[in-house]
Amino acid sequence: MGLKRKDLLSLTNLSAADIALILDTADSFKEVSGREIKKVPALRGKTVVNLFFEPSTRTRTSFELAAKRLSADVINFSPSSSSVVKGETLLDTARNIEAMQADIIVLRHSSAGAAETLARGVKSSVINAGDGWHEHPTQALLDLYTIRSRGMGFAGLKVAIVGDVAHSRVARSNIFALTKLGAEVRVVGPPTMIPLHINQLGAQVYYNLDEGLRGVHVIMMLRLQLERQGRALFPTIREYARQYGLTSERVKLAEPGAIVMHPGPINRGVEIAPDVADSLSSVILDQVANGVAVRMGILYLMSGANA
Amino acid sequence: MDAGDIARAVTRIAHEILERNKGIQDLALVGIRTGGVHLAHRLVRRIHDIEGTQIPIGELDITLYRDDLSLRKDQPILRTTSVPFKISDLKVVLVDDVLFTGRTIRAAMDGLIDLGRPAEIQLAVLVDRGHRQLPIKANYIGKNIPTSRDEAIEVHLEENGEEDRVVILRA
Repeated sequence: MGLKRKDLLSLTNLSAADIALILDTADSFKEVSGREIKKVPALRGKTVVNLFFEPSTRTRTSFELAAKRLSADVINFSPSSSSVVKGETLLDTARNIEAMQADIIVLRHSSAGAAETLARGVKSSVINAGDGWHEHPTQALLDLYTIRSRGMGFAGLKVAIVGDVAHSRVARSNIFALTKLGAEVRVVGPPTMIPLHINQLGAQVYYNLDEGLRGVHVIMMLRLQLERQGRALFPTIREYARQYGLTSERVKLAEPGAIVMHPGPINRGVEIAPDVADSLSSVILDQVANGVAVRMGILYLMSGANA
Repeated sequence: MDAGDIARAVTRIAHEILERNKGIQDLALVGIRTGGVHLAHRLVRRIHDIEGTQIPIGELDITLYRDDLSLRKDQPILRTTSVPFKISDLKVVLVDDVLFTGRTIRAAMDGLIDLGRPAEIQLAVLVDRGHRQLPIKANYIGKNIPTSRDEAIEVHLEENGEEDRVVILRA
């Protein structure tokens, strides 16, 4: 039994059973991460390449730790220090890496579909670590794992995803996965940040945060991408924070015991008030810790596919 | 082996463990998933009957330590290791149902040592069927059952909803 696939590119083509397998496998690695010696020999002799064309601290470190705790060899590759600045194409870069016998390539790229293109061109397994505005499957899987480890089931679970949904690969992957598992997903944000036809993915649209939060079990905040401020998606940061920032008063609108999630990095005082980010209902740091276990599970499951 | 044979073997092994270790001081049992876990629980109960004290028990999943992981197309399903006590300086008895090539036990010893430095590792098995590929030997054996390589040994246990028995399947 395994995932029976070479690559992990998207959550659209994973079944509910595949997702359950990944989460169960992550459970075993959670135990490993709690040991004094946080290392197992499962991926000895395998090479994992982190190919990150966009800046990332959390995801890259998380994959690196995950691979190292599985005893794989890890190479980090970033464009500023590589031949990419000399004009090499993505596929050529990857083929060179492949020629050095990389077993798994973890790709972060600013273009949607980059991971898919790469997967078609190389024999190594490809894991999508975020491609443009498309998907970020491992982030959604660690979000699911975090929800499940809080003892929540997915059937009938009410989840509000709040913020710049249109430009969020995290939101898209979560919508795909959560609706597949039977959760009820709401997207909340100003009209400029909610894509047209998102209801076709099975999400309900709310333009008012207070209404969107009423009765939900999970509040998933998205990072306000301040670097996109020039695009005039909202008038001012202060106005955005007033209308769509999560405050402790607003958390009270959700179900008692609701959890607050954020994929990081957080903008304190913009999309999330500092006291909410540090409150007991916040599971933001659990997400980071679980990310390593979930990625260990994914690397473990993928490493068998092309042995 | 039928249910009676298995019960008597478990009782005898419990006594042998106590005899060899001169009681239960610093003693712990760790079952190898899945069959070994059930047997370890039975041994702990039997030892409790004899000594009146519960000794620590853990469950070990050896999947990540297998020596054939990189050769397999499909990754085996992982189960969770749970050893909720410090094993350093304890005398740890590994428990498994069948001892065959010895590769599982090699993996289990590596797995155990990653959790700490036990004072001693001992091995208890219900059945020793021979055909070792590694220099490994059990300290406590329920029954030696000579087999040919192409036969299979199945240990059925009540804990899995079956009747207690050990059967040899001819190829």
